Amino acid sequence: MSLLTIKNLSVDFDTAGGMFRAVDGVDINVDQGDILAIVGESGSGKSVSMLAMMGLLPWTATITADEMSFDGIDLRDLGPMARRKVIGRDMSMIFQEPMSSLNPCFTVGFQIKESLKIHLDLDRAERKKRAIELMELVGIPDPERRLKAFPHQLSGGMSQRVMIAMALACKPRLLIADEPTTALDVTIQAQILDLLADLQKETGMALILITHDMGVVAETAQRVQVQYAGQKVEEQEVRGLFSDPHHPYTAALLAALPERATERHLPTIPGVVPGQYDRPQGCLFSPRCKFADDKCRKTPPPVQPPDLGLARCHYPITRQEDVA
Amino acid sequence: MLRFLISRLLTFIPTFIGVCIISFAFIRVLPGDPIVVMAGERGLSDERYQEMVEQFGFDRPLIVQFWDFFTGVLQGDLGTSFVTKRPVFDEFFALFPATLELSFCAIVIAIVLGLPAGVIAAVNRGKFFDRALMSSALVGYSMPIFWWALLLIIIFSGNLGWTPVSGRIDLLYFFPPVTGFMLIDSLLSGQDGAFTSAVRHLILPSIVLATIPLAVIARQTRSAMLEVLGEDYIRTARSKGLAPPRVNGLHALRNAMIPVITVIGLSVGMLLAGAILTETIFSWPGIGKWMVDSIYRRDYPVVQGGLLMVALMVMVVNLIVDLTYGLINPKIRKR
Ligand SMILES: Nc1ncnc2c1ncn2[C@@H]1O[C@H](COP(=O)(O)OP(=O)(O)O)[C@@H](O)[C@H]1O
Ligand code: SF4
Ligand SMILES: [Mg+2]
Repeated sequence: MSLLTIKNLSVDFDTAGGMFRAVDGVDINVDQGDILAIVGESGSGKSVSMLAMMGLLPWTATITADEMSFDGIDLRDLGPMARRKVIGRDMSMIFQEPMSSLNPCFTVGFQIKESLKIHLDLDRAERKKRAIELMELVGIPDPERRLKAFPHQLSGGMSQRVMIAMALACKPRLLIADEPTTALDVTIQAQILDLLADLQKETGMALILITHDMGVVAETAQRVQVQYAGQKVEEQEVRGLFSDPHHPYTAALLAALPERATERHLPTIPGVVPGQYDRPQGCLFSPRCKFADDKCRKTPPPVQPPDLGLARCHYPITRQEDVA
Repeated sequence: MLRFLISRLLTFIPTFIGVCIISFAFIRVLPGDPIVVMAGERGLSDERYQEMVEQFGFDRPLIVQFWDFFTGVLQGDLGTSFVTKRPVFDEFFALFPATLELSFCAIVIAIVLGLPAGVIAAVNRGKFFDRALMSSALVGYSMPIFWWALLLIIIFSGNLGWTPVSGRIDLLYFFPPVTGFMLIDSLLSGQDGAFTSAVRHLILPSIVLATIPLAVIARQTRSAMLEVLGEDYIRTARSKGLAPPRVNGLHALRNAMIPVITVIGLSVGMLLAGAILTETIFSWPGIGKWMVDSIYRRDYPVVQGGLLMVALMVMVVNLIVDLTYGLINPKIRKR
């Protein structure tokens, strides 16, 4: 049985300008011990789909799904009390901005121990011991002293390590890392990714790694799903995706990798992800796709079979074609 | 922290001088001659008038009069009341406990009700409680104190007879002041019913005085909470599986306290101003009533000394508020 199964998840926001579909029929499947990467430009609905699972969206959001189960629990009609027993314990999440994700008014120790206090039956001394263990685990030097530090005394990388320690406090079965390195310096990015990969290996937990950087995917994940404008447009094993992308959007993301640049300038994908007011009629990628024709612009594309990476495209690319 | 304290104390000096000047000038710009007022309806002969002008030193240049006042202040001497002939300093401290007791009760009411109200309103933004609370806050804020006090007196003292109309305690009870705070003194006196009587006298004036600060604190708490609730660390707190009371009451409120503490500090200034009116309405024997009376009597030393003391109190409160910021949010201490 898979750890997390999500079928046909949609999220609609009730905004001043009417309903806006931020996530549109996404499927997600994660087994125990998996590392799944979700890739897509900013605004593709990656964060919203994860927050929907965690139950952290504001009341303006309407969540629908054919199935949304975690560890045998149906997340769809889980009451708030029951959900609070799951999140932060068996399923936890770290975020893009580590510096602003820690509460400036409380010490690092307080914030780590808080998770232990509400989920586990440990006494004070045990909590302190476990907090120190966790800080060692995520590579924070001098943990005993750092427990008393306030977030503003930490660098971005250290803050993210603290966030990871907090998320791992109750030995979760699934860790969701939402762009954990985007806000960090390049050298620190690699360290945090290595740390996440090591911790995943050590604990055997499942990891969903959200990123907009294909480079991060190559280094860390086993399986990738590419998301665009709220839809999943392709899903493959990492190796296959890099050597044989089927969706034009995936191909374009790969072409934008620095090491694949053939010209002096990095090729970027012209245009932006459509938002609430400029959603195209047919294929959502059609305004930016170089293969788009009239059919693409009029009819939403079907989902191709698994050997074509479940690509949501009328004309999926196959290896023979030149994609660069 | 020590350096912060010293730098704050240094900025105290110019403010202090300014406050002395304003206190000195305030009563002198009002029309009316203290000697004429003192003489009352009988009037004065010109010779007697001239004599008194010299006695009070009004014939000397203003700047010299100010210098006398200022050097006196530096030596802890606020002068002597024209009317009672007692040192202003002594009169102030005899009456100040009454004002302090009233203001303290008022600010406690304002904080104890205003903070939770603001938090609940922010968490239930746009819903019934929020709207009801914010409308009442607006009404409370803009209601004329005098009218509000009379309304309460008519209902609770007049119609229902629940509370007394004026004073600090029933005349039945008499005991020498020990601390000057009626709640404490009445307990110390050991007389049956004295404490209850003191409480009953305090209720209406405290409510009246608390109304505006309560409205201000509730509104400020709500808006600060709304801002904080959108922060990333609140999402983190919720992602840990914390229950809403802990997220809102601990993680959010602690951060929202900074602007709230600021308005609480400012409210203390407003309270002392409000106390003047409230004390007059309820015949509360505090410095508010004392100063209003002195203004009518053009009792220069009392008015300028009283103003100066009140201003000093406000300055001290603001200093305490500044120091509190660092305790609540350690990030501020660093700056
Ligand atoms: N609370 C919200 N209300 C309305 N729209 C939202 C809300 N949160 C996110 N969105 C919209 O949903 C879309 C997807 O956002 P997000 O999931 O954050 O993208 P990503 O994480 O892939 O960068 C964006 O267009 C964003 O503007
Ligand atoms: S359906 Fe057409 S427009 Fe859309 S991605 Fe495929 S080729 Fe491009
Ligand atoms: Mg995001």
